[in-house]
Amino acid sequence: MRDAFVRALGEIAARDPRVMLVNGDLGFGVLTDFIARFPDNYVNAGVAEQNMTAVACGMALAGARAYTYSIGNFPTLRCLEQIRNDVCYHRADVTVVSIGAGFSYGQLGVSHFATEDLAVLRAIPELTVVSPSDPWQAYSLTHQLHALGGPSYLRLDKGSAGLSEAPIEIGKARTVREGSDAVIFATGSILGQAQAAAHDLADERRSIRVVDIHTLKPFDAETVCEAAQACGRVITLEEHVVNGGLGGAVAEACMEGGAPVQAFRRIGIPNVFPSVVGDQTWLRAHFGLDRMSVAKAVREMLQ
Amino acid sequence: MTCDTEALALQLRRRVVQMCSSGGSSHVGSGLSIADIVALLYGEVLRIDPANPHWPDRDRFILSKGHAGACIYAALAERGFFPVEQLGAHYRNGSNLSGHVSHKNVPGVELSTGSLGHGLGVGAGMAMQLRRMGGSQRVFVLLSDGECDEGSNWEAALFAAHHRLANLCAIVDYNKLQSLAAIEDTLALEPFSDKWRAFGWTVERVDGHDHRALRAAFHARTQSDRPTVIIADTVKGRGVSFMEHQVLWHYRSPQGAELQAALLEIGYGGEQANA
Repeated sequence: MRDAFVRALGEIAARDPRVMLVNGDLGFGVLTDFIARFPDNYVNAGVAEQNMTAVACGMALAGARAYTYSIGNFPTLRCLEQIRNDVCYHRADVTVVSIGAGFSYGQLGVSHFATEDLAVLRAIPELTVVSPSDPWQAYSLTHQLHALGGPSYLRLDKGSAGLSEAPIEIGKARTVREGSDAVIFATGSILGQAQAAAHDLADERRSIRVVDIHTLKPFDAETVCEAAQACGRVITLEEHVVNGGLGGAVAEACMEGGAPVQAFRRIGIPNVFPSVVGDQTWLRAHFGLDRMSVAKAVREMLQ
Repeated sequence: MTCDTEALALQLRRRVVQMCSSGGSSHVGSGLSIADIVALLYGEVLRIDPANPHWPDRDRFILSKGHAGACIYAALAERGFFPVEQLGAHYRNGSNLSGHVSHKNVPGVELSTGSLGHGLGVGAGMAMQLRRMGGSQRVFVLLSDGECDEGSNWEAALFAAHHRLANLCAIVDYNKLQSLAAIEDTLALEPFSDKWRAFGWTVERVDGHDHRALRAAFHARTQSDRPTVIIADTVKGRGVSFMEHQVLWHYRSPQGAELQAALLEIGYGGEQANA
């Protein structure tokens, strides 16, 4: 996804000289081509994320279209107040880009698990929050965020859901599989596990709808309520703690929208700090976020 | 603009005392501490146009020590960004004039602050972008001394020096008192000038209430390629004898006899003091 983001940003910078990529001293090898092509549109702010975000905000307030770039929690939680007070309160044109959603850096330990960002960031006014499932979505959403303007957060996963390319629009949930027995809402590349589980369950004559929530904010409550109403049983799947992220957003939408939900389950990381490491696939299975675990959870719900 | 900065500073002090009294707000001592610095900036140094607050060629001023917001609102009103009558709404229910300086619906405020350690980084970004666009604007950021405990300032100090942001000027209101006690008894900043020099900044050390000295410092911009910091030795509560050097007046709002005594000291007669 990061390559797709950098490719899109290069296209944007080629026609918009206001672009400024403010890097937090990361992205070895990934940004080389961008830096060579656009040396005047790039600055490395060093290992100093608060200042990276503040500088990006100041540049935006003076006319730039700024992007901050780092991994995991560094461009988000480390400098959360700069995002809230400086970028969002002033509606500055800053896109915060974080590489390594969820367990992307699963072997690196708790410091590198980006597993609370969605809950934290979707609470901040003015911030658009997007979480693509595949590189083609990262590419499309990067272009769309630039066109939209204002503060935004782009959550990039190392993995990929493996879904084929289709039109998407910021703020509009996308139904990737029709179904009527239950609906799984998913965000990010973990969407691929939901899609695979629905495929497996189809063999058992279970009709599972799968909805891609690539935009957490603004939240498409209408589509979510429609799907919840049509299917009655609701599952949310996110590579994120179960508190306050996608599961919370879907629950809020369903309750306030009066959707007649018969059963509801959030699948995500329990609200604990993992004491073990592993690659993304292993950690997903360990915490019950993989294809088999999701299918099992849906089966239990349908019994 | 030519302006009697001494008269403006006195007027800012009166406004600050009245606003902190009528609104029942804190931080009167902080507002009095920076009144001379702010008078020089808004009366003489800043290239700004009150009729066109978003003029692209304007200089930028950021009050990073947002708690002294009353003084900035007063300066903006005195310069005509909005009517002085609006100052009476400071701290009141429904007012845009929050205790910590805010830009929403307040013409002339460049950056809302209140959490310390935000202004210098944003100012550095502004300075970099303005230079990138070929502009000659300057960016001024007023910090408190206690604020320099925040590590983000030193991130910004590294950045500004590395990128030779000569159009960036920080001013530290060095009144030697922070929230609970003296700076040197809390987290010592001395040798303060040496720290900034070591970070690659040009340092001007001045009496922050001496307008000639401040004027010289603001115009002392050399041909150097370094950002400048003006370390302004100030007195918290300056101008009202019983507020000077007192941590208490970081919090206390002047009322009744204290208000009358304060206004008399800063040149209001009894009649005006009662107004």
